[in-house]
Amino acid sequence: MIPANFEYHRAGSVDEALSLLATHDGNAKVLSGGHSLIPALKLRLNQPAALVDIARIAALRYIRQDGNHIAIGAASTHKDIATSALLAQHLSMMPQAAGMIGDPQVRNVGTIGGSIAHADPAADWPGVLLAADAEIVLQSASGKRSLAAQDFFLGFFTTALAEGELVTEIRIPIPAAGTKSTYQKFSQPASRFAIVGCAAVVQVSNGTCSHVRVAFNGVSDSCFRDGNVEKALEGKAATAENIAAAAAQAAQGVSILSDHYAAEDYRTHLAQVFAKRALSAVAG
Amino acid sequence: MSVKISVTINGKKYTSQVEPRQLLVYYLREALSLTGAHVGCDTSSCGACTVLIDGNAVKSCTTLAVQVDGTQVTTVEGLAKNGTLHPIQEGFRQEHGLQCGFCTPGMIMSAADLLQNNPNPSETEIRHALEGNFCRCTGYHNIVRSIQWAAKKLQETNAAVL
Amino acid sequence: MTYIGQSVKRVEDKRFTTGKGKYTDDIKLVGMTHAHIVRSPYAHAKILSIDIDTALAHPGVVAIFTGKDIAAAGINGVPAGWQVNFKDGTTMKEPPHPLLVADRVKHVGDGIAVVIAEDDATARDAADLIEIEYEVLPAVTNPAEAIKPGAPQVHDSAPNNMCFDWELGNPKAEVDAAIAASHHVTRLDFINQRMAPNAIEPRSAIGHYDDSKDKYTLYTTSQNPHLTRLLMCAFVLGIPEHKVQVVAPDVGGGFGSKIFHYIEEALVIWASKQIGRPIKWTSDRSEAFLTDAHGRDHVTTAEMGFDKDGKITALRVNTVANLGAYISTFAPAVPTYLHGTLLQGLYTTPKIHVDVIAAFTHTNAVDAYRGAGRPEATYLLERLVDTAALEMGMDPAELRFKNFIPAFDGVTQPGYQTQVALQYDSGNYEPVLERGLEMVGYEQFRKDQAEARKNGKLLGIGFSTYIEACGIAPSAVVGALGARAGLYESAQVRVQPTGKVSVFTGSHSHGQGHETTFAQVVADRLGIAMEDIDIVHGDSDSVAFGMGTYGSRSLAVGGSAIVKSIDKVLEKGAKIAAHKLEAAEEDLEYAGGKWTVKGTDKSIGFGDIALTAYVPHDYPAGLEPGLDFSSFYDPTNFTYPFGCHIAIVEVDQDTGKVTLKRFIAVDDVGNVINPMIVDGQIHGGLAQGIGQALLEGVIYDENGQLVNGSYMDYAMPRADDLPSFEIDRKVTPCPHNPLGVKGAGEAGCIGSTPAVVNAVMDALAPFGVIKNLEMPLTPQRVWRAMHQ
Repeated sequence: MIPANFEYHRAGSVDEALSLLATHDGNAKVLSGGHSLIPALKLRLNQPAALVDIARIAALRYIRQDGNHIAIGAASTHKDIATSALLAQHLSMMPQAAGMIGDPQVRNVGTIGGSIAHADPAADWPGVLLAADAEIVLQSASGKRSLAAQDFFLGFFTTALAEGELVTEIRIPIPAAGTKSTYQKFSQPASRFAIVGCAAVVQVSNGTCSHVRVAFNGVSDSCFRDGNVEKALEGKAATAENIAAAAAQAAQGVSILSDHYAAEDYRTHLAQVFAKRALSAVAG
Repeated sequence: MSVKISVTINGKKYTSQVEPRQLLVYYLREALSLTGAHVGCDTSSCGACTVLIDGNAVKSCTTLAVQVDGTQVTTVEGLAKNGTLHPIQEGFRQEHGLQCGFCTPGMIMSAADLLQNNPNPSETEIRHALEGNFCRCTGYHNIVRSIQWAAKKLQETNAAVL
Repeated sequence: MTYIGQSVKRVEDKRFTTGKGKYTDDIKLVGMTHAHIVRSPYAHAKILSIDIDTALAHPGVVAIFTGKDIAAAGINGVPAGWQVNFKDGTTMKEPPHPLLVADRVKHVGDGIAVVIAEDDATARDAADLIEIEYEVLPAVTNPAEAIKPGAPQVHDSAPNNMCFDWELGNPKAEVDAAIAASHHVTRLDFINQRMAPNAIEPRSAIGHYDDSKDKYTLYTTSQNPHLTRLLMCAFVLGIPEHKVQVVAPDVGGGFGSKIFHYIEEALVIWASKQIGRPIKWTSDRSEAFLTDAHGRDHVTTAEMGFDKDGKITALRVNTVANLGAYISTFAPAVPTYLHGTLLQGLYTTPKIHVDVIAAFTHTNAVDAYRGAGRPEATYLLERLVDTAALEMGMDPAELRFKNFIPAFDGVTQPGYQTQVALQYDSGNYEPVLERGLEMVGYEQFRKDQAEARKNGKLLGIGFSTYIEACGIAPSAVVGALGARAGLYESAQVRVQPTGKVSVFTGSHSHGQGHETTFAQVVADRLGIAMEDIDIVHGDSDSVAFGMGTYGSRSLAVGGSAIVKSIDKVLEKGAKIAAHKLEAAEEDLEYAGGKWTVKGTDKSIGFGDIALTAYVPHDYPAGLEPGLDFSSFYDPTNFTYPFGCHIAIVEVDQDTGKVTLKRFIAVDDVGNVINPMIVDGQIHGGLAQGIGQALLEGVIYDENGQLVNGSYMDYAMPRADDLPSFEIDRKVTPCPHNPLGVKGAGEAGCIGSTPAVVNAVMDALAPFGVIKNLEMPLTPQRVWRAMHQ
């Protein structure tokens, strides 16, 4: 398969990328790792006039502590995250999730910025970032803005990213000591995207759960934080019974995806199973 | 329309004019007649096209030739030195890790990526590291043994993968 | 040095491990153009109009041909290579399969136009500019639905979508009576789902017409280049066979899907003559899903009767087989002579009847896929036996021992005559199951299983004791059954003047390692080094003729043809040696690469004899010079490998996910030339059989759209889906070929599928006997089975 023709521009800096995007006035696509974009170009589902390659912008590839946050450059690869000691120390679900994306070749070049801008409902990052209380930093010719992950992911392949705007950074607050995180995934056996991906963050102190975050990918047409589960466990004792009761609340009140691998009822059931597994891993 | 790229492939520098839409795998196969990387699918799934870019395994069917401008690319053709098979290639021969040979170049390049990062992988780690490569002939049984053979050989000879 | 029986490393591997393999798509010819085929997006539609004008004007486009051009050129469709008649004796319905469709498309992927351009990208750009108007018509995809009254019709010439109906076995009334009189009857209704073969190399074809020589050359991804040439020349294009060279170079896997003659092969040859330049077409994976012949797709009801002791009394099978929209090359043989004939299995079942209906549907063609008919037969038999054991509260291994055909070697004891036409050549079935039970640690497993169940863990064990029939033959018999070709093999052994040997075989290797295994046979027979032997295959200009590689036939049939030629070489060599040694022929013996006068140290080497044959100065009077012999070997029977496969699985009660924990295979494939290669064949077959059980299956929706036509949707086993396999073998030689070999290519794929499914059913036994769980056993299906 061969894409339709397009122009190619490699940006040396964020400013250059933004100015190239502006020049093409909505007809350019941002190329980062390319592992969502290039397959779509090959199928000719997407026929942009130009690509703006940001993968070589060194200023977009870093994972570092920035005060009480961890800042991740948008062009950081899944492999960068999978092997980050800093993330492993503070938020182990990040490297854990990164290691479950695609395959080694995909992880070597696919980037977190590219993945979240694409917003595939079955991708692994969106739910993880929701559970992490991440902020997404966006930059355009007119300046920078920062959105909570909650406000960034708007729906099925839809984000708050405006025309001419670039994801530049993901900022994650460093959780309080004693906080554990996990990402548990039930993969579609062919694509290995998530049928259900459950990210959970819980702080257990003196046997009591607080700061409960539970978010899903793959279950609905967009990632979502599951308030019912979170509420059911927040402030409760970290017991198997409480975890089971909370997990049983999972995926209520959202539209559930259905395909030949998992119909609605089965997917809902899996969400509950994986909520329980995730919560057991961090609070069990 | 076309763009000039300079890329070092298997230690040799190439400068070419390419259409931006040209995929790396077709650049290798058609412009350079390096036909070791194969195209087995449309969806970045099968891994038969795997090459190393700056040492990392990448699917060359999901990479534009323009993206490798200024990089070092290693293909399966670049592994054997002076007519001697690379230990990974030799491992595949010794342990019958190939049958039709079509997926083999990609398997070997994925194995090279793995062994650079993990010189002594367990069977489980090897199987996990091959999740981006399909083989329809071997059932993977002997591919696992081939990579174990190569890992042992590389360690015994204290040799670098690349 | 003895090569036979040694795990000699493969001759092929240097080129494959270094990226120097030469596959069809690797070939570039001077002036070569590229073809892209515009295919139907609908399963069933009338083509109202095709507008190619804009596309034709696109820079770089060389030509565009449509179905009208093909029809105007008087080109026939691709033919069926096997004819099965209706029960009443009338000929099967054989509607044409045109190279490009002019009027009514019959499946998604049906070819409509071919765009030929300077490069592939341009061909695709131009293809996007072709405008086609369709009137979409209703479609039918399920074969059991297709034969019902009122179903959408695929071909006007095949009423009720019936290609043929067919039966085999004992008289139906006798079988009905035996079933009715049985103490227990186990009945299963199931679908043996449609599979996509998925050789990792997509199909490719290069057509080149050279007008200076009036010669055509086709490079193609074929398991069967000579048959492709024959069908294309004689039936499709009507071009002279002696002016056509077909080359199947390195081929990246086949599994059946590359046996058949495909439209694209004839299309690039015909179009190359029209434009006067070579044309390459290479399939995308998505095209492969739509157009590479699929496998299986049977809708079956099967009943097995038992007496009170567990002896099988009768078997009754009804199958509707899906042929797809067109008859692919060997399609009619698969649900009939490769399926019905295997229903004896390893058991003494005294009464067997099978009814088969072959139906057309608005789907891609179905034909032989690794095992071809035999996996379907084995699946139904082995599922019935394990289900019966569960129902009757008997041990599944014990039930098999009770019903096995007693051992027979086919030499001192006659072959075993089945109720379904075949005569098994040799068999000894108990030892493979005994060895399997020993390897798995059966008694201990049952204890572990009971313990696991107490802890809420679902462990299961499944058995499959299968027989397979390979090296399908002899030609006279298969001809009587409808084959439109012979099923022999050819081999030429050309001894060069220096004593080096070139062997030309009509078999074709696409992963099987013939260049190694065949060389081992030749080296041992001639007593020379393997390095002095070259195996040539896959080129109709150098190989006299060939029937290709499929049905696990290469060594049993192709290898035997080589042996025949070697015998002729040695016979003539002995005459020359006798002359040189001044001895009588009968006083000579041949060993270690030389002829020796018995009881003396007088000898002459193979190389000296070869040189003498080509420089015949001192030479037997009246003997022709040269040392070069061809042979055709037509076996007297099929060969019948068999074995025992055992799977152990764990089912995750929360998700329904099945994990294959262990897989044990004890196969008896007769004598073994290269154990390493045979083991590899078993491994690969196992993976495909396990894939069918747990992961794979082509899904068409009710409109005939292929739902999972990419690797993002069609799940195939990856390295981390499988365990390492535990395999062993027994050896019961084939009594009727010179090597005593049977066949190993399909065994793994035939035995493994029911073993895995039986294991899951055993794991789910606490939920009762589950009979309506269809393959692939996806987590969702297993979960539903537990929660019904």
